[in-house]
Amino acid sequence: MKLTLLLPLLAFVALGVLLKSGIGKDPTLVPSPLIAKPAPAFDLPLLADQEQRLTRDDLLGTRYLLNVWGSWCPACQVEHPYITELAEGGELPVYGLNWKDEAGEAKRWLDYFGNPYRANLYDPSGRTGIDFGVYGAPETFLIDADGTVLAKHVGPLDAQIFAETFAPLLTAEPES
Amino acid sequence: MIPELGQFALILALAMAVIQGTLPIFGAQMGKTTWMNVARPAAFGQATFVTIALAVLTYAFVTQDFSVVYVAQNSNLLLPIPYRVSAVWGAHEGSLLLWVWILAVWTVAVALFSRSQPDGFIARVIGVMGWISVGFLLFTLLTSNPFLRHVPALPDGNDLNPLLQDPGLIIHPPMLYTGYVGFSVAFAFAIAALLEGRVDSRWVRWSRPWTNVAWAFLTIGIALGSWWAYYELGWGGWWFWDPVENASFMPWLAGTALIHSQAVTDKRGAFKSWTILLAISAFSLSLLGTFLVRSGVLTSVHAFASDPERGMFILGFLFVLCGGALLLYAIRAPGIATGGQFSTVSRETALLTNNLFMAGSAAMVLVGTLYPLIAEAAGWGKISVGPPYFGLMFFILMAPIILLMPYGPFTRWRSDNAGRLVRDSLPLLAVSVVAGVAPWIVWQDLSIRGVLGLAGGIWVMAMTIKYLLHVNRSAKSRWLGMPRLSRAALGMLLAHLGVGVFLIGVTMVETRGIEKDVAMKPGESFEANGYDFQFLGVNRVDGPNYQADQGVFSVSRGGDVIAELRPEKRGYSRGGQIMTEAAIDPGLTRDLYVSLGEPLDETGSWAVRVYFKPFIRWIWLGALMMMAGGMLAASDQRYFREAAAARKARAAAQGDGEPAAQGDEAPAAA
Repeated sequence: MKLTLLLPLLAFVALGVLLKSGIGKDPTLVPSPLIAKPAPAFDLPLLADQEQRLTRDDLLGTRYLLNVWGSWCPACQVEHPYITELAEGGELPVYGLNWKDEAGEAKRWLDYFGNPYRANLYDPSGRTGIDFGVYGAPETFLIDADGTVLAKHVGPLDAQIFAETFAPLLTAEPES
Repeated sequence: MIPELGQFALILALAMAVIQGTLPIFGAQMGKTTWMNVARPAAFGQATFVTIALAVLTYAFVTQDFSVVYVAQNSNLLLPIPYRVSAVWGAHEGSLLLWVWILAVWTVAVALFSRSQPDGFIARVIGVMGWISVGFLLFTLLTSNPFLRHVPALPDGNDLNPLLQDPGLIIHPPMLYTGYVGFSVAFAFAIAALLEGRVDSRWVRWSRPWTNVAWAFLTIGIALGSWWAYYELGWGGWWFWDPVENASFMPWLAGTALIHSQAVTDKRGAFKSWTILLAISAFSLSLLGTFLVRSGVLTSVHAFASDPERGMFILGFLFVLCGGALLLYAIRAPGIATGGQFSTVSRETALLTNNLFMAGSAAMVLVGTLYPLIAEAAGWGKISVGPPYFGLMFFILMAPIILLMPYGPFTRWRSDNAGRLVRDSLPLLAVSVVAGVAPWIVWQDLSIRGVLGLAGGIWVMAMTIKYLLHVNRSAKSRWLGMPRLSRAALGMLLAHLGVGVFLIGVTMVETRGIEKDVAMKPGESFEANGYDFQFLGVNRVDGPNYQADQGVFSVSRGGDVIAELRPEKRGYSRGGQIMTEAAIDPGLTRDLYVSLGEPLDETGSWAVRVYFKPFIRWIWLGALMMMAGGMLAASDQRYFREAAAARKARAAAQGDGEPAAQGDEAPAAA
């Protein structure tokens, strides 16, 4: 038997092993290298008033949620009622990162759906989003009082996901 | 009680399939005619029981039997009747049943239309198809039973995914599956030939019409999916390089290579091994597509709910079937005689080039689709490749095909003169270059891909028409002389013409299309490419199982109103999903497309997407021509004539046990 004739079979076996490795894993799960590391430094204008700026260090001392959204993003509307509920609960301040958006559109969106955010960072170029490893809106980061990223969720947030991903981390007291 | 009958029928079908997959093959290997003769009755029996199962599931949907879990999950009291029927294949379990049923129908077709062929050979073919049925029936019964009950019955069901509540989706899956599954026939013929140990060009001639029909169905199935995505998803796109789209595209590419390779093996006896390998590949890629869609290893807009158990089952089945086939190939291939000689410039070479680039494209799509898995296995993290990779690679691989394709029919078998071919084509080559460059001069901003795409489309169409006139040059009237060509040749030319039409469509849409997101207040207008879209406002309308905001747009050109477009944003009663329903004014040279975004404020202003899509219909028109070409080629009189001749010879040689000699080689088209 000529060995070359076995090549298709060998290629197929290699393919099979590769496919086997993918079974049972959740392909939407994206590990973030930021977890347990300091949040990337940012210094961005506010959406409401672009003369004002907000930096990472301004927020030191508070534990908060950073919610990445855009007016162009349908899934952001899906999670919006829950984000509003969270913000109105008042236990955890919610800041927004308005990502790859246009200020006029974003403001109109907030006027229409309501503005639960304590403040919105305006990142039209998506630079800060890149630093945070954002690959699609919505994404939500839980950032500790000392600026450490505690957890991250990709996709629309709801009560169940919050209870599983974020709530267990909230029982620990803020460090400062 | 009735749903249990469906499950019982499936179990009986499995028993029949086991018989169909074993007795005839053993009989053929050991020369026992009585065992071989079991093949056809077993195939008919299997098909009958699968048909009963499918009918029972359909009945459960139509009568709203919410005690059946699958029905409750995918239908509800408000769902209109046509969608209750299409909901049968609206999710994993039922679509799998449809898959099995279509396989049974193909098997019956093979059993019915193979009377002219030796019993031993056809027994093996039907037997191999029996194995495939066994695998999929087991898969259905063990992991995906559509007849599972929920006791007590639910008062109302969930809903059919609103995305699927659409006429296009009623026919898209059956067409696509008919194509996918149809490649099992070419696969079974190849395996039967390997099992028999007599790999000659005979089996290829018999499998050609089957392959053409399967390919034609796959073509139209993919085109329907693309058309549906275009008008239903509201993004105005027609192809997204999504893993599931790729899953249907890979067998298509391999199938295209197979059709051309079969032509060489049939006419010249060359490339036998290669044809077998392609027949195995085309069907293996169909199975791989099934695996990718149903195992949850990749993310996609239309992946079914992921389930590791199902993934493992299909992978195991894929491993047995395709691994076994490739092992058999490795063992038997050395015995395959190499065919006729040919020189560097010949139709054989032209078709081989087509084969290599088509197979290369299939491999490229495979690598791109599996890239997230490869990257993760190699420890590079979560990376996927997107449309830019596919777009560029596909362009690189298709450009030589487009350049060389028109030469195929002109080139003689065995040996030809490159100088003659190039000389004869020079005038049309010049015309095509002008056809690509002139728009660039007029429009200024045409990209290099745009120039090449237009030139390529004109080149393919012009050369194909030239060939038609050339073949009929001695007829009294060149156009009326058309019947001088066989249906196989006409089908080939029609499909090639379709490629040219498709290419023009793609190039125009990609380079000249306009897409605008605008905020509009009632009364405002937006102008795109000379068309004036006036937004008149939004009304509230009620559908059978949804409420919708319906936008009203009046489109005019030069002051004349040419269309009224009513895009909708629907909220479905159950589940509360929001769906956009684009409104399109179709035309041969342009589509006007409006879809409704979100309300922006209290003054009635809305986010609106306005698209101008030049020549987009040509994409599907080209696909339709390819499909018609495939069907026409499959209906060639030669196959019927030869089948009749073989039947006659067999009747004459009754009792000899020797397979009948084949009829003379039909004259080539050129």
